[in-house]
Amino acid sequence: MINFGYTSNKDRQIVFDENDRSVYQILQSKEPSVDICIQCGTCSSTCTTGQFTQFSLRQIIVNIHRGEMDFINEDIRKCMFCGKCQLVCPRSVNTRNIIQVLITILN
Amino acid sequence: MTRESQTIAVIGGGPAGLEASAKLTGLGYNVFILEKNTEVGGHLLDWDRLFPDQQNASEVLDAIKAGLNENTQILTGAEVVEISENHRFDIKLAGSPQKITADAILVATGFDVFDARKKEEYGYGIYDHVITSAELETYFKNKKEILKRNGSPVKRIAFIHCVGSRDEKAGVRHCSRVCCVTAVKQAIEVKELYPDVEVYLFYMDLRMFGLGYEELYKEAQEIYNIRFIRGRLSESFENQDGTIMVKVEDTLAGKPMRINVDLMVLMVGILASSGTSEMGSKMGIGINSNGFLKPVNSHFSSQISNRAGVFLAGTCKSPKNIEETLSDARAAAVLIDNYLKAKIT
Amino acid sequence: MGAIAFHPFVLPFSIGVVFMLTALISRFILWKKKLPFADNEKIRNGFFTVKTLYALKEVFRESLLHRRMHRVNPLLGYMHMTFAFGWFLLILIGNIESRLYSGSEFNLPYYPIFFQYFVHDKTGMPLEKVFTYLMDMLLLFVLSGLALALIKRTNSRLLGLKRTTNIHKGDRIALFALWLIFPFRLIAESITSGVYHQGGFLTDTFGKFIDELLPVDQLVVPAWWAYSIVLGVFFVSLPFSRYLHIPAEIVLIFLRHYGLKPSKKFDHFSQMELFSCPRCGVCIDKCQLASELNMEQIPPGHFFHSIRDHRDDKEQAFNCLLCGRCEEICPVGINTLDIRVQRRHEFQVQDNKIQFPYLVDGKAQHAEILYFAGCMTHLTPGIKSSMIRIFEATGLSYYFMDEQGGACCGRPMQMAGRFNEAKAMVEHNQNIIDRCRPVIMVTSCPICLKSFKEEYIINAQLMHHSEFINLMMEKNKINLKHSGLRVSYHDPCELGRGLKVYNEPRKVLHQLSDLQPVQLEAHFSLCCAGSLGNTVLTNPQRNELANRTLDMLLENDPDALVTACPLCKKTLAGSNRCEVIDIAELVAANLILKGEPSRVLRTPMYSH
Repeated sequence: MINFGYTSNKDRQIVFDENDRSVYQILQSKEPSVDICIQCGTCSSTCTTGQFTQFSLRQIIVNIHRGEMDFINEDIRKCMFCGKCQLVCPRSVNTRNIIQVLITILN
Repeated sequence: MTRESQTIAVIGGGPAGLEASAKLTGLGYNVFILEKNTEVGGHLLDWDRLFPDQQNASEVLDAIKAGLNENTQILTGAEVVEISENHRFDIKLAGSPQKITADAILVATGFDVFDARKKEEYGYGIYDHVITSAELETYFKNKKEILKRNGSPVKRIAFIHCVGSRDEKAGVRHCSRVCCVTAVKQAIEVKELYPDVEVYLFYMDLRMFGLGYEELYKEAQEIYNIRFIRGRLSESFENQDGTIMVKVEDTLAGKPMRINVDLMVLMVGILASSGTSEMGSKMGIGINSNGFLKPVNSHFSSQISNRAGVFLAGTCKSPKNIEETLSDARAAAVLIDNYLKAKIT
Repeated sequence: MGAIAFHPFVLPFSIGVVFMLTALISRFILWKKKLPFADNEKIRNGFFTVKTLYALKEVFRESLLHRRMHRVNPLLGYMHMTFAFGWFLLILIGNIESRLYSGSEFNLPYYPIFFQYFVHDKTGMPLEKVFTYLMDMLLLFVLSGLALALIKRTNSRLLGLKRTTNIHKGDRIALFALWLIFPFRLIAESITSGVYHQGGFLTDTFGKFIDELLPVDQLVVPAWWAYSIVLGVFFVSLPFSRYLHIPAEIVLIFLRHYGLKPSKKFDHFSQMELFSCPRCGVCIDKCQLASELNMEQIPPGHFFHSIRDHRDDKEQAFNCLLCGRCEEICPVGINTLDIRVQRRHEFQVQDNKIQFPYLVDGKAQHAEILYFAGCMTHLTPGIKSSMIRIFEATGLSYYFMDEQGGACCGRPMQMAGRFNEAKAMVEHNQNIIDRCRPVIMVTSCPICLKSFKEEYIINAQLMHHSEFINLMMEKNKINLKHSGLRVSYHDPCELGRGLKVYNEPRKVLHQLSDLQPVQLEAHFSLCCAGSLGNTVLTNPQRNELANRTLDMLLENDPDALVTACPLCKKTLAGSNRCEVIDIAELVAANLILKGEPSRVLRTPMYSH
């Protein structure tokens, strides 16, 4: 094989049409309040787990919507379920149930 | 009957009430302005300069007042107790035997700012170095120095957007519209006074809807080195030295962020004032789900209430800037004139 | 007498009894076989001790007299008592009567039941008149209960129940049979008395009346057939209907006295608790989800039924506030909250991997007081800073364990039924606490406190801040002035029903305010609806519940509403209907300080 001096990476675009976005649809049917998230970041700001790990509910929601499912299943298991996110959410998204539903549907 | 023989009661002597009164007296009507406070001018009295062009609030107020003529009677400290209707409106005032009789009423009872103590996690009323945007404005107005409690200079300030706006947990669903640009304006003013102070604005969306607002935003970045961080405050902590730890997610970097500041300014939202809710329930005017008064149609009759002869103007209906408030007041004046003319003939 | 008294109509009854006993005993044996060794051991060790006597006493008081049911509503208690105790006495006295008459130690089981058919003339028997009178009196007693049962079906409000359980298919046969037993007995005995004039004030009078209208002598045998058949039907259906609760509750009472307790998993003890539920419906009105949001299927009465019938109970398991109002009122004393959480656990994905590798050893420091604010308290800095002020006023040394935030106590995870995950958090915090070696450990969050009490081993006096304040007050470590405020107190579920802390907050509040009573307080207090025990409720539903709770709390129009839980505070304050403050804030604002406090807090709004 000829060495060109570089390797080509996996396409890093969100290929929206090819991604499997079915998880979001199930999530939406079980916890409709996921739709009203405005990505303000208050949940991920108050989150203790987010201090130490990549876990961010805000990013989980947006990534699942786009069908970007890498690491989601590992990340949701890091949540301690304390409920601070639910208390600070300005849109009153049912944050804990999003985690609960995701754990159920992804396992 | 002529215009000169007819009287209009304007409840609320803020910008909307004053401007409408000026136009109505200009047309020849008699106007009573009923102001609850000791002075007319409303929130303009507390404001230093106005966005986006930094015009003095007092100049604007003077210009509005200049339109009033001798047919205007201003009653300060006048609190409406009861309104009865018998062809005309009879208005009873608290602590006064005098009864005002009017052919039409204009409600211009305005707004109150959100009580920041309700966002307990932000620490207003608990921590020393947390103030509201309204308080900061009085600093500017009274030329009061912005210092820490121990008298040392402030080196870093955070402006927190949407405090009591777009927040279901605070019981406020609507956007107060003007706070975004107010924050930019105030940040610039701080930098004008203290060029060395670092200023950060924490926002979830920047709604620069008016002409000149976006330019002001750009100016803040370009000339004043003011930094905008997209993330909504979840909670703040008070450090041992009295500084405030601001806790947000830097949503663009995708990481939680901690930043210590010497002063935190809360951009408090606009709510229907207590007087507005009171007038609404006293006079049977519709109130929308956000607590503001509801006109019969928000597109083509937005100054007309569901009660004949009662008109609405200004921020008692929704958050507005000064320009919109004054235009709205003039529109109300025209509609009141139409209504009374129809009554004459 | 000689010949054994017999008539074919005794067969339905006898077959029913034999069938029921066989079914119950075999079921019990199967159940006991699967019981863990430790539990079997407890039963064996307790059997020949005084515990059995205590259990018998409780069986008499609860299974027969229904004392706890009387406390819910006297009429309802009376109704249950007539069926249980009335019927029991009918059997007991009937047996004595038949034995006295026959003079033999042994009678066939049906003999006392159909005694009135077999014996028409008791002359010469001791206390003949007394027995005749007594048996009629008891029958009337049971019939009065039946009348109430019928009223309960048509208008349950008269018996203090706004809602009651529906009759399920399986129960219907048993229920109708039960309802018919006593009227049929009355008819059978009356008709017999109509022919032989042997009855008492009730059956004789009624018998004479029937005699006027109908040819009684032809009706005697059919009437006894009818009575026997309904008895038989009831006994056959009992092991498969809710009436299984009658034997199950008795077994449960014995198990409890032998020291068996609910575990974390849904096990044989849970099963016995489940079978002990009589579906009396008392829990339904107490459930705020049922009464305010019309979620009829949530209260234990319905939830348990779904489990018993193997219907999908996931929604019912998760959509519960875990407020404990049902457990508090349950006349059978079933651990309704434990069963709810056990079921949640069954639905959760079991994961044995190490859960939270990012939780590394936290900083520890020895001090007299260890303060754990809790996650929620970080969103109510007013409580946090008030507690610091109080600690400083006591002059004791303190260490603020989660000042910079920390791991959750594990309780929310526990309530969701994810025990492994909860355990990981418990171990993390336990380690820090152990290294701090405090004398007193204080927390501001009742949710955390419940977890510390149940899941941790804390070698210190563990208390909520309201208990701590009371203790400091009693030891004169802090002095308080009267705030001049009229306040009402909201009992947080976890602190009140969960940990039985009712008096300490009230003692403190009496000291510094004019405490107003509210309609439902202490054991009966309402949930604020913010509960972390529920993951399903939507925000509008929570607001609706919170507003109903506030309607009750604000009846006396207090200056402020005081509570003792950061989550309750946030939830109730969210409605913007009144000033909601924590007891610690009220205390901090009204401390009488000897020297200058180290820092002055700006909380003037809470004191005059």
